[in-house]
Amino acid sequence: MNLETPRKFHGLQQQAQQVAKHYFRPISRKYDKVEHAYPKELDLLAALLDGMNEGSPDAVGAGSASKRGAACEQRAGNKNAGNMAALLGVMELCWGDVGLLLAMPRQGLGNAAIAAVANDEQLARFAGAWAAMAITEPGCGSDSAAIRTTAVRDGDHYILNGEKIFVTSGERADAVVIWATLDKSLGRAAIKSFVVEKGTAGMTVTRLEKKLGIKASDTASISLSDCRVPAANLLGNAEIDVQKGFAGVMETFDNTRPLVAGMAVGVARAALERTRELLICAGCRFDYAKPLLTVTHAEATLYRLEAEWEAARLLTLKAAWMADNKLPNSKEASIAKAKAGRVASEVTLKCVELVGALGYGEDELLEKWARDSKILDIFEGTQQIQLLIIARRLLGKSSSELK
Amino acid sequence: MIVDTQGQALSVLSKLAQADWPDRLKVRKSFEKLVYSGSRVSFRLAAGGSRNTPRAATDDLFDLSLTEEQQMLVDMLQGFALEVLRPAAHEADARAHVPAALLNQAHQLGLAHYGVAEAQGGLAGERTVLSNALIAESLAQGDFSLAAALLVPLSAANCIRRWGSSAQQAAWLPAFISEQGAPAFALAVTEPGVLTDAGQPATRARKRGKHYLLDGEKALVIAGLAASRLIVSAQATDGPALFIVDAASKGVSRRTEPGMGLKACGLTRIQLKGVKVSSECRLAGDGFDFLAFLDYSALAFCALAVGTAQAALDYVTRYCNERQAFGEPISHRQGVAFMVADVAIELDAMRLLLWRACARAEVGLPLRREAYLARLLCVDKAMRIGSDAVQLLGGHGFTQEHPVERWYRDLRSLAVLAGGLHL
Ligand SMILES: Cc1cc2nc3c(=O)[nH]c(=O)nc-3n(C[C@H](O)[C@H](O)[C@H](O)COP(=O)(O)OP(=O)(O)OC[C@H]3O[C@@H](n4cnc5c(N)ncnc54)[C@H](O)[C@@H]3O)c2cc1C
Repeated sequence: MNLETPRKFHGLQQQAQQVAKHYFRPISRKYDKVEHAYPKELDLLAALLDGMNEGSPDAVGAGSASKRGAACEQRAGNKNAGNMAALLGVMELCWGDVGLLLAMPRQGLGNAAIAAVANDEQLARFAGAWAAMAITEPGCGSDSAAIRTTAVRDGDHYILNGEKIFVTSGERADAVVIWATLDKSLGRAAIKSFVVEKGTAGMTVTRLEKKLGIKASDTASISLSDCRVPAANLLGNAEIDVQKGFAGVMETFDNTRPLVAGMAVGVARAALERTRELLICAGCRFDYAKPLLTVTHAEATLYRLEAEWEAARLLTLKAAWMADNKLPNSKEASIAKAKAGRVASEVTLKCVELVGALGYGEDELLEKWARDSKILDIFEGTQQIQLLIIARRLLGKSSSELK
Repeated sequence: MIVDTQGQALSVLSKLAQADWPDRLKVRKSFEKLVYSGSRVSFRLAAGGSRNTPRAATDDLFDLSLTEEQQMLVDMLQGFALEVLRPAAHEADARAHVPAALLNQAHQLGLAHYGVAEAQGGLAGERTVLSNALIAESLAQGDFSLAAALLVPLSAANCIRRWGSSAQQAAWLPAFISEQGAPAFALAVTEPGVLTDAGQPATRARKRGKHYLLDGEKALVIAGLAASRLIVSAQATDGPALFIVDAASKGVSRRTEPGMGLKACGLTRIQLKGVKVSSECRLAGDGFDFLAFLDYSALAFCALAVGTAQAALDYVTRYCNERQAFGEPISHRQGVAFMVADVAIELDAMRLLLWRACARAEVGLPLRREAYLARLLCVDKAMRIGSDAVQLLGGHGFTQEHPVERWYRDLRSLAVLAGGLHL
């Protein structure tokens, strides 16, 4: 057993840390202030990352978090591969800025979906494209089986109609992975995802949200009106397999939830570290030696937060490690997301409290981190949805028994 | 002296092979597997000993898997815990007593071997911290209090091996795995004061020629009354120290000290008034580090908490599926199901923090911070889990018809005890 991060990823972590520190942090506040302005600085960085990834088997970014990554490594026995690499990268980058990470070209969750379920032809065709992911609709979010956007086969095409909201990078991405149903009466099994490239007639961005945090990341509403998409853009199997149901499209989440958990771990670490510095300036000492009852309340609070943070971090590494080793990890991915999501909120909010006025003001980034972190307990499945998934697994319940 | 480790291991196994309870418990298979692996690659592998298979320096991958041998150890002890300890736990709690037969069976398990170094004929190597934690975790799935009682000899051996000089190890350790067994030890570390710090014992050790004089008071000592030797923490002029004290010495007085829980393991209040201890009985290993001593102790209690929390999760999962209210199993309600999910989340968190600290210890990495955070998390979460387990059973959870009220009482001890056990 070894629960330290392996040496082979130290280089990657260091690179990501440099980017976070010297690239993200200096523009962090700027793009928090000018919501909807595209952080053009990211283009250069994305190119740099692409270059880095070309040269390394352990790529940073959403696309490398897939079972495919694990499959590449031939060696038998314990593996640390694409899922862990992506996770470690994301943790470091979100120490810099969650919004900027989400705004990074070609690192979208749509890319993770493509990496997870696309066939080889599609993989080749969409290589290098920046893909957003559109599941949520005005009438449904958590209940993704209830989506109303339709896809109707018409010769070599599908015709898509519907309304999508809250699409991260929906305006900036080269393509959007749209979830739509082939037949509403057949429920989950009929839901398929389609890659719709930007500029396709019938797909329009109708609005951008103003938000609590992650303002650097654009959140778009997209309208689909008789939008014709090549049939070859359907990801995965076109058959409606009622037995397998949702499994196909949902598989993506087993890989992306640990990544979102990783974002939470990253931003929480930023808050913890800065708060610790400020507390030390104020006379606190952290030597992990005295009983909690005999240190100051501020010290005890930070220790508590740090323990929670370590728990979130290790649970997240566990989920990614299981993915790399092809162990079924739905429950663990949800455990990681649930824990890290709530811990990030708790840590970042408490850190504002711990340093008082300084923490609340805009001279520090603490108040921003406390706003940014909240989304991590909401998208890719809210806290409650993760608890449902975990509880159903533990208790052996179906979604009709435990609603 | 050449000690035949494999021979020692096999003699433990042969004792097990003769006992009849492994059959009753359906754990015979696990034993046989251990025997098989013992004859194949020497039993010491079961202790996680890595000397035969040193890891390549480059192979430092993140790895959550147990070795085959660790898994066998877990399977075997879980069987013992669930089939022997759990059924005995209620009575042991009510009578505040560990049945002699149980102590005997536990002795047959040969757990103390994991505390005695290979040089003295045991199985312990540098890499047995995790195995020790797994032992505690597995036993505690049966019962916290009984597990604590059974772990005292192993803890004492660990303590002497890790913190004693080689002469002290040679003098004390062989008895732990001998036919007649070691004298009964207890670790007297916790003190009764309010807002005390175990790292700065109030108990004093004053040097007088070739002796020390110990004065002070120790509280909630596990198996303290039955012990004939006490390992006592005390402040000497050159820092906190540990002493092996003959419990029959003049100036030692003891009384039972019943608490909220941990009834079975004989909690004891001990007074030391001018107790004369030979200098040779001060543990004097080269790397003596009193704070690290407390860290390894904290991890032992974390491991017990993890095992007990696992027992609680298993218990409530079943109960909530069986119990009906409003026409359906209570587990169909989110207010119930989400509590169960939270138990699982925090249990896993506790376990990972514990395992990480142990894994670090095994490769010689610093573990102060990791042990501190593990303890902090376990204290909070284990009590939450204990409380939620009672809540999930409603009024039934409040009665002694179910073990959850006992776990509730036992788990509270985590916040209070220091040093009574040792990984
Ligand atoms: C900034 C941002 C970016 C986003 N990016 C994307 C994106 O790129 N792609 C995308 O498809 N979506 C995206 N989303 C949408 C996001 O995934 C959803 O908002 C989220 O899944 C919750 O759905 P909802 O908002 O409809 O809430 P609802 O489903 O209406 O939930 C409301 C509340 O009810 C609770 N709840 C719902 N059902 C249950 C239940 N069965 N049991 C218990 N509690 C329940 C929820 O936990 C929540 O607290 C984004 C959202 C935001 C704000």
